[in-house]
Amino acid sequence: VNELASLVAATLSAGTPLAIAGLGLLVNERAGILNLGAEGIMLVSALAGFAATYHSGNDWVGFLAGAGAGALVAACFGWLVIWLNTNQYATGLAVSLFGGGFSAFVGVNYVGRKLSERSDFSIPLLRDLPFFGRALFREHPLVYLVVGTALAIAWFLYRTRAGLVLRAIGEAPESAHALGYPVRRIRLLAVVVGGALCGVAGAYFSVVYAPLWVEGMVAGRGWIALALTVFATWRPARVLLGAYLFGGVTMLQLHLQGMGVNIANQLMSMLPYLATVVVLVAISRNPAWIRLNMPASLGKPFFPNL
Amino acid sequence: VIELEARPAPSLRMSVLSPLVALLITVAVAALLFVSLGKDPVRGLSVFLVEPFHGTRALTELGLKSTPLILISLGLALCYRSNIWNIGAEGQYLLGAIAGGWLALSVTEAGIALPPWVFFPAAVVAGALGGALWAAVVAFLRDRFHASEILVSLMLVYVANLLLSYLVFGPWKDPNGFNFPQTVNFSPSTELPRLLHGMRLHAGFLAALATAGGMWIFLFHMHRGIQLQVGGPAPAAARYAGFSSRSALWTTLLVSGALAGVAGSFEVCGPMGQLTPYVASGYGFTAIIVAFVGRLHPLGCVLASVLLSMFLIGGELAQSRVGLPSALSGVFQGVLLFSLLACDTLILFRPRWRRAA
Repeated sequence: VNELASLVAATLSAGTPLAIAGLGLLVNERAGILNLGAEGIMLVSALAGFAATYHSGNDWVGFLAGAGAGALVAACFGWLVIWLNTNQYATGLAVSLFGGGFSAFVGVNYVGRKLSERSDFSIPLLRDLPFFGRALFREHPLVYLVVGTALAIAWFLYRTRAGLVLRAIGEAPESAHALGYPVRRIRLLAVVVGGALCGVAGAYFSVVYAPLWVEGMVAGRGWIALALTVFATWRPARVLLGAYLFGGVTMLQLHLQGMGVNIANQLMSMLPYLATVVVLVAISRNPAWIRLNMPASLGKPFFPNL
Repeated sequence: VIELEARPAPSLRMSVLSPLVALLITVAVAALLFVSLGKDPVRGLSVFLVEPFHGTRALTELGLKSTPLILISLGLALCYRSNIWNIGAEGQYLLGAIAGGWLALSVTEAGIALPPWVFFPAAVVAGALGGALWAAVVAFLRDRFHASEILVSLMLVYVANLLLSYLVFGPWKDPNGFNFPQTVNFSPSTELPRLLHGMRLHAGFLAALATAGGMWIFLFHMHRGIQLQVGGPAPAAARYAGFSSRSALWTTLLVSGALAGVAGSFEVCGPMGQLTPYVASGYGFTAIIVAFVGRLHPLGCVLASVLLSMFLIGGELAQSRVGLPSALSGVFQGVLLFSLLACDTLILFRPRWRRAA
């Protein structure tokens, strides 16, 4: 039972950064912008978060730095794709390649550094419950915050006027433009917010989850977060669900290795990536369903003065 | 305010100028970076721009590094022209390396001496099959289940990487290798024919150049090549003309996978001479930049491969000569691609001054 409880706890912890990044990308994509740079943004902000926490000794400074770095990189991306109308695929790839190189270059001095004393988080009273205490209530506060964030984003998208405008821009930017909405500025705002969320996710990896900095440490989870938005058919609650599912696969794989299951650890480590492929296949099988849910202008450039 | 105005037709001049401007911007950024790190910018830039071309050995090393980049970028150019977003060339390259490594290992273990003109084509075939197999997975999942080729091909890079480390940490590990994750050294009869005595440059370089020529003929002088490219910019026109988008998907992915695989096989049988985790060098990702800088044109891909190899070698030299981490070349690659994409805007648009309303 203890085994199971710690598996649940580890799943929540592993799923959280995927959920944060996935929610950020969801906001991006709802506005019609596909950001393939998520991996690069997360790497840069993982480094920024680690460095900030290392020097300040405070996790929250690290998250803030991660969010700031993510927002900054995303703003560059947004300026290129929204104002200069560059190809979103190519530009996103450029962000990913640049982020990988830049973080490796700047981060050389942080390899092997350790963060100061980590404090354990837990919720008083609830943490002492049998099973549930261990499974659910001894996590980093961010693990709980992400659930709130998902609810907030769902409420924003479906219950507020601003959310309606955002979705309208993702579906039909020309119509939104004709109605007088500043399509490009709103898209940029969505990209920056998405980048900031990816940044928090990146910082979570280096500050809470690992906690250390190694080059390339995000290890494809930026791309998995991108796959999550497809898996979730662009719904916030399903992003959360998908993130925990992936977190579960990752952790189950680690637990099996820990229990000495006789399969080479490299083969086991393939599981999260293979699971992503399998899930993508399962969800994309019906193209009509994807088309029904996907923001109609996703990935397409928009020229306001034509 | 500067506003962008669509040009009546894409500007050919800008499409040639844009990579040059992007290169200038990158050099300027590099100079600034050296100054801000307290290094002599002239010395720093010469490590990147001059030393890779200095002397016969340096030139052959440049050719050696260009070989995989030329091969992979040619395949990617074909894909991107047909609007197929294969970004997992690194995985296909690794599978080719594994296949080539398997072949060389078998020859080594069998202890047979092969003349180079027998092993060389065999290494090409093995690499091509390995890479094409990995790309075929992407093509199948996209064709049959509409799964995004971007995400699937990228996920398969991680899987290929893990497969390689499984093999060199496990079944293929050299029993006398002091537990290092590497295979035995391949026997001399698996060496690729060298072009110059005492230099590592091998016949694969010539094969890469020949492939560029072949790709040029295929893209611009063969009906099939032109068919494939119509589907990219004008899918409706391609459908109307009866060009199958499925066959374009399969052809481009298989060709680019095979080329990346050959590059991997060359790398393992050529300069490396054994399988180690260091085979995963990021050529598959650098080649994406090469393809764009080379304007998705075979000749451009060759030139851009030399340029990017220059950055890669410069990065290695920067470590020993200037004391900067070799990841520096990754930064420059990113800056180059960014500025290229920004400059490319000027192909389709022209800037216009306009008073703020």
